[in-house]
Amino acid sequence: MNTSTWRQRFGAIAVIARYTALEAFRTRYIWLVSALVLAGLGIALFTGDLAITETGATRTAITAAMLRFAAVLLIILFVTTSVHRDFSDKSVELMLSLPLPRAGYYLGKLGGYTLVAAVTTAPLCGLLMFFSPADAGLIWGLSLLLELVLVCALSLLFAFAFNQITGAIAASLLFYVLGRSIGAIQLMAHGPLTNQAQTSMQITTALVDSLAYLLPDLDRFSRSIWLVYSGPGASELVPILVQTLIYVTLLSCIALFDLYRKNF
Amino acid sequence: MIASACHGGSRERPVTQVPGAVILVLFLTLVLQVVWHHSRPAPTAAASALPLAPPTELLRVAGLGDDFALSKFLNLWLQMYDNQPGISIPFLELDYARVKSWLQASLTLDPRGHYPLLAAVRLYSEVPDPERQQQMLEFTYKKFQEAPNDRWPWMAHAVLVAHHRLKNLELALKYANALADRAIAPQVPHWAQQMSIFVLEDMGETEAARILIGGLLESGRITDPQEFRFLSERLNLLAESGYER
Repeated sequence: MNTSTWRQRFGAIAVIARYTALEAFRTRYIWLVSALVLAGLGIALFTGDLAITETGATRTAITAAMLRFAAVLLIILFVTTSVHRDFSDKSVELMLSLPLPRAGYYLGKLGGYTLVAAVTTAPLCGLLMFFSPADAGLIWGLSLLLELVLVCALSLLFAFAFNQITGAIAASLLFYVLGRSIGAIQLMAHGPLTNQAQTSMQITTALVDSLAYLLPDLDRFSRSIWLVYSGPGASELVPILVQTLIYVTLLSCIALFDLYRKNF
Repeated sequence: MIASACHGGSRERPVTQVPGAVILVLFLTLVLQVVWHHSRPAPTAAASALPLAPPTELLRVAGLGDDFALSKFLNLWLQMYDNQPGISIPFLELDYARVKSWLQASLTLDPRGHYPLLAAVRLYSEVPDPERQQQMLEFTYKKFQEAPNDRWPWMAHAVLVAHHRLKNLELALKYANALADRAIAPQVPHWAQQMSIFVLEDMGETEAARILIGGLLESGRITDPQEFRFLSERLNLLAESGYER
């Protein structure tokens, strides 16, 4: 394949990414993000008033945790409904009829959703920087961006795989919640309060451990504690970046495996 | 792969349609993920990071109106901090004022729940630190007074912990007296109400114990013949030891 073919393909991917991101603006997604920022501000003021001590820490931690979950939810909903719209109005078939490999279509969509994730993260990060040290807020924001990129890949995979929007959203949410809580589940499974003499408990613990190997350690992403106590160095982002790269590639390969086998 | 749920077409294309590079990278990243997970430090419960429980109003908002479920969730969440090998070490690292705030929050959300009191008197009071043990026992004592007829089992545990672990007989007597005075519903067993007798005996206060048993026997509250006989024998024994003295 010569250089001009690569350039053409890259151009096509960029166009798909651009139009995917434009869809977010045309469907007033940006208004939802603005509403989220306003809600975040409200939560921050409300929780700040309620706390009897550690006001700043309580306000920042709860606001950050709620905004993070809301952002993840928004991205899952946006990606899933957007892919289903593509399937419903046959624009996928139109794209695949062009001289572009299926991987190109997939990468274009993922690129577009990554842009949407960046647009979602920026105002939330700005809001958190207002309530916490700027450098800690920035690192939290970058980590949130990586988390959302991972969620984009996850939602894209399930949106391709499932016929029903409900199934795709439920699967994405379940996967995300499991990724976030697998560390805690592992701690409980190995804890001294579980009876490891029981065969059923041994099997459960082995299952939990195996599952942990296959899931991304999302509980290390965008931690509220960074915003309150001495913030993390930029080095904290390196393992998060590596985990994102590995897992997004893995999810993309699974999605592509599925996409290449589809009959349209 | 995720075969049956695909969009559109009736049959899937063969696996040979998938580019070899995709399959290769898939397996490579799968191996990488496993290796990466293996190389990362195991999750640890950070005892020092236990925060103060948020206000109950805020917790209620977070629980989306299901206070009961939230209370159970809080119990498990708090437990996560201790759920690591070497139980006494993390307990010693915990800020007990904060532990108490979480136990309190859980009880406020589910006042009929027993989990927080069991945790206080049987988990957190196991720590080899008398001050922390006493903090947990006092928490149990305070909460017992809010619903003595429901929470008496935990007060009975508190008597035993104060007696045998703390070796603080005065504290044990205070709790045993509270049990006798406040836990008076029919479902409360007599052995719980009689704990003060045995504490008094161990304190060498045989006269006081004798008066207590005598009063109990005369009150007519003891209806079980075996129990009546046991207490009578106990009373005689105490009387004899009194004469010997």
